[in-house]
Amino acid sequence: MKHIYLDYAATTPLHPQVLEAMLPYFSGEFGNPSSVHHYGQRADHAVELARETIAAQLGCQPHEIIFTSCGSESDNLALRGAAWAAREQRGANHILISPVEHHAVSQTAEQLAALFDFDLEYLPVDEYGRVNPAELAQRLRRDTAIVSVIHANNEIGTLNPVAEIGAICRQRGVAVHSDSVQGAAHLPIDVNTLNVDLLSLGAHKFYGPKGVGALYVRQGTRLHPSQTGGSQEFGLRAGTQNVPYIVGMAEAFKLTQDHLDAHKAHLSSLRDHLIGTILEEIPDVRLTGHPVERLPNHASFVFEGVDGNHLLMMLDVEGFACSSGSACKTGYPEPSSVLSALGLSHSWGLGSLRVTLGQHSTAEDVTAFLAVLPRLVEQSRKII
Amino acid sequence: MTKVVVAMSGGVDSSVTAALLKAQGYEVIGMMMRLWSEPGNEAENRCCTIDAMNLARRMAAQLDIPFYAVDAKDVFRSTVVQYFIDGYAEGITPNPCLLCNRRIRWEFLLQRALAIGAEFMATGHYARLRIEGNENPASHQSSVIGPIKLLKAIDDNKDQSYVLHVLKQEQLEHALFPLGEYTKPEVRQMAREFGLPVAERSDSQDLCFLGNGTYSDFLIRNIPEIAQPGPIINAAGDELGQHNGLAFYTIGQRRGLGIAAAQPYYVIRKETGRNALVVGMLDELGQNELLAHGVNWIAGTPPENPIRAEIKIRYKALPAWGTVTPMENGRVQVRFDENLRAITPGQAAVFYAGEVCLGGGIIE
Repeated sequence: MKHIYLDYAATTPLHPQVLEAMLPYFSGEFGNPSSVHHYGQRADHAVELARETIAAQLGCQPHEIIFTSCGSESDNLALRGAAWAAREQRGANHILISPVEHHAVSQTAEQLAALFDFDLEYLPVDEYGRVNPAELAQRLRRDTAIVSVIHANNEIGTLNPVAEIGAICRQRGVAVHSDSVQGAAHLPIDVNTLNVDLLSLGAHKFYGPKGVGALYVRQGTRLHPSQTGGSQEFGLRAGTQNVPYIVGMAEAFKLTQDHLDAHKAHLSSLRDHLIGTILEEIPDVRLTGHPVERLPNHASFVFEGVDGNHLLMMLDVEGFACSSGSACKTGYPEPSSVLSALGLSHSWGLGSLRVTLGQHSTAEDVTAFLAVLPRLVEQSRKII
Repeated sequence: MTKVVVAMSGGVDSSVTAALLKAQGYEVIGMMMRLWSEPGNEAENRCCTIDAMNLARRMAAQLDIPFYAVDAKDVFRSTVVQYFIDGYAEGITPNPCLLCNRRIRWEFLLQRALAIGAEFMATGHYARLRIEGNENPASHQSSVIGPIKLLKAIDDNKDQSYVLHVLKQEQLEHALFPLGEYTKPEVRQMAREFGLPVAERSDSQDLCFLGNGTYSDFLIRNIPEIAQPGPIINAAGDELGQHNGLAFYTIGQRRGLGIAAAQPYYVIRKETGRNALVVGMLDELGQNELLAHGVNWIAGTPPENPIRAEIKIRYKALPAWGTVTPMENGRVQVRFDENLRAITPGQAAVFYAGEVCLGGGIIE
């Protein structure tokens, strides 16, 4: 059976050029970047070149890039590190995040509230899952430690006005973080245009390897490490650097960012065809997330009266790999907090479907998908 | 290729079922239901702990078949668990596994299996299916005319036709029970030969949703009023002691009555009206007759006349000869040749003609 991958927001295949760049660092170039000797120096040089490559793409200084193990770790370090530092520095106690954050942000913030007595407040969002900068401005407090608003949402694809949000926070002297794990695969990322102090990246969303990420930390932003130990990564992230993966991440990021426009044109035309056809041909369906201000590869829907988990299973049996806001491998569908934040009722909220395209997606893939989806939605509506 | 969904549990039986069907050339898809457990006990449902789910997923990956977890919590809670609670509240001893087979496995899950284009659903149950004139045990074709027969498993120790007597022809049409043709030691041997790491895993026991607690703890939490003490009396009405709540005793029980006497007492029956537990000597225990309702006849229709049959009154009971007489409204009367000791309302009476399971119903 032919399998068609339509879940690029979950992960992407490694770019062959990235693999090639990584390979030497698994064998010959195996040194520890912290070592004094020749081997260590070679490895250190590779890590620093990677740091420079990513910094150049982001418009920042190399020492503002911290390599981590993934986007989630970057989110953890940003939230916990900034909250702890702001409390120590100025007694700050308030955390302000959107209700459509990735769990890596929201669960970290919830833990800071539960175990460290931080006052956690959720920003309101509109029906598309967007934060209104004016609402943020009203809620900023003198004791706000950190603000975090996701750049592009993984479940519904909506883009947030991060630049405006960042400008308000920075003017008020409050550290602002954005999770751009999805965004960095499709949007130009300049940390000065975006006005952020902290920004999370994960390599496997942009054709890099799994198991490596980065956090941009603007110079002067105070952060406590959440993983302590050696002094790697400017003392902010202990542990021997994952040299081949860091090399791969830099290669993948440059490749992706250098070809954003071409990819965007390819992806958004496929996406628009997908969205348009589904909204026209399937009854009782809604697009989730913003119709325009969304990731170019991202189409997400809710179908009334459909069990999203079951729809995914039927699609997989037909050879289509998609995702859902309520899907869970263990069969415990949790109503998605992101979809709940949009105000969707229960009968809609469990019937979500996310279709995310990528560099290898073709018009034929989309046509084949559109040929089966209406039938499968209809069938899954018949199941009680 | 014919699609078969295998209801997997992470255990040796369902894993070998999947492996056998795959080896026979079916397109096999694994499914596992996430069932309900008491709040706070979510990880404990023995049918579907995270461990069991991971094991089933691991088996599926090893067999290179797709695997899906299916959420059945709500329907399982509202049917099977509710039936269990209601039954005890009414003073009977319900068998929730029967309802689970009928309503959850062979309705809820079968519907999902058919919805993904499967022709059959297979489980690791030990039982056999036959169609008149078709001697190929592993593949019955839905195009064949004539009722499907449910037969006892080759391995008498493992035979599970008792819990499958609830199935109707339209369910059996889509059912495969490949293990019924083998003994349990043979199945374990096949698991080893297939290289399945679950070969030595022990068989599951007891009710899955009770977790690690006992069923009496579960009942007290869910029906607090069930722990209502009352008198223990003999047939003459003399009070011999106190019981802790009728639900905690079963017919024929001898231990734990707390009556000091020269000879052991047995639970004879429960009088729910006056909350009394009636006990007596061994010779008082036993009846030669029962009534059952909600009878399912595997063939689809009841026999026209009374039939001679062997009857099992519990999953592990020895079959006893008797005469089964169909009555109105899906009820039957069963008259046994000899007195039986543990006829328990709420359990099923299942009728057999030799190795053929004819059907059964719930004891009143």
